[in-house]
Amino acid sequence: MKFLCIDCDEQMGFGERQLPGDGTLAAVFRCPACGREVAMLTNPMETQVVSSLGIKIGGRTVPEQPLELVRSSLDGGRDEAFAEPPVDSVTSPETSPVEWAETATRRLEAVPSFVRGMVKRIYTDYAKEHGIHEITPEIMDQARTDLGLEGM
Amino acid sequence: MRKIRTYADLEGPDRSGLGDQLALQHRRVDRRMKAVRTVLAVASGKGGVGKSFVAATLASALARGGGTAGLLDADLNGPTAPSLLGLPRRSLSVTNDGVVPPVDSAGLRVFSTDLLLEDGEPLRWRGPAAESSVWLGSLEKGAFREFLSDVSWGELDVLVVDLPPGAQRLVELAELVPKRTRVIGVTIPTSASKAAVARSLRAAGDRDLPIAGIVENMSGYACGSCGAVGPLHPGDAGDALARELDLPLLARIPFDAAAAACAERGDMNGLLASRAGQEIAALAERLEREGAP
Repeated sequence: MKFLCIDCDEQMGFGERQLPGDGTLAAVFRCPACGREVAMLTNPMETQVVSSLGIKIGGRTVPEQPLELVRSSLDGGRDEAFAEPPVDSVTSPETSPVEWAETATRRLEAVPSFVRGMVKRIYTDYAKEHGIHEITPEIMDQARTDLGLEGM
Repeated sequence: MRKIRTYADLEGPDRSGLGDQLALQHRRVDRRMKAVRTVLAVASGKGGVGKSFVAATLASALARGGGTAGLLDADLNGPTAPSLLGLPRRSLSVTNDGVVPPVDSAGLRVFSTDLLLEDGEPLRWRGPAAESSVWLGSLEKGAFREFLSDVSWGELDVLVVDLPPGAQRLVELAELVPKRTRVIGVTIPTSASKAAVARSLRAAGDRDLPIAGIVENMSGYACGSCGAVGPLHPGDAGDALARELDLPLLARIPFDAAAAACAERGDMNGLLASRAGQEIAALAERLEREGAP
């Protein structure tokens, strides 16, 4: 998928992605010549078609987790299906630990246990990548949008 | 009408990243499957032919034969492998390398959607239900792909893949693991089964997947007292398919009440000692001898 600024006859670049949480998606593309931006808006079914392929519009910025598509898409699932290692044991030892604010921890606890460990790893990887030392609900929102984590 | 440049005219990269991500998914499967010598797809075009029974028992026999074996239950909506193998439900360890598959007492590594669900819970996916036909196929293919790429199968001599009825997942397997896959077609003797299995095997042939041969399951009824095999289903689908498709008939497996009882309680040792189990063990030996798995 490519976007063309017709006036400039220039290929537009990917700008940002937003997931408002209602199943829709906005992907912004920008013309490098004139700066014009367009937003591609998808309805929930169209968003689902893309996410069912296991891909993120605009690309990935953190590594894919094992069985990420299955775990993020399954409705239900056995509570104790996965035994996740502690998050710090699977990240680089030379990076500083990431703290979870109490409000963020409460929000994480609301995530179904089937997928909670994976979600925690993804947010922690995102925080480390961006030099963030404390994960708050606002950081979770930001990460969810940046990473295209619909439904997490 | 003004001339607008086409996709191919634009030399810049595809910034949506879709194509690159799909290619990356295939590379993940490639990397994992490089450690697997043979993927043995157990297929039929029809449900109810005992394909899962054959696949699980064959995988167990191959594991007991000294090789390293895995069993992927690719029937996402009707998974049975863990119960056939008597696998207890435990949490699956997740490591940086992937999800560690449970291992049965014979060393067989197993993965199945059954391990992810509560007892009796149906497989359900999140998404707009009204339009599920649009995205469900992609999602199930994605799940199958992740089961190949994200499970830490390790080095395997053979990964037996128990495919659901129909040809779709077989086609997906041909796309995902084209070089290492061989197919076994399972039928029962009836003409309806023959037609359905022939369709699946032709689909495999269209994608250049080598077919190891045919297995005729429920090929008569084995008497629990005297061992004699009497008639069960009409037809000769195993022989007919072998003849028409120029393939070997690898095994005839009689229906065996003792084997069925063992399968019901997850007793694979008992199953392999049964009349039906011995036929499948002989099939495993033949495949090993012929270098199929």
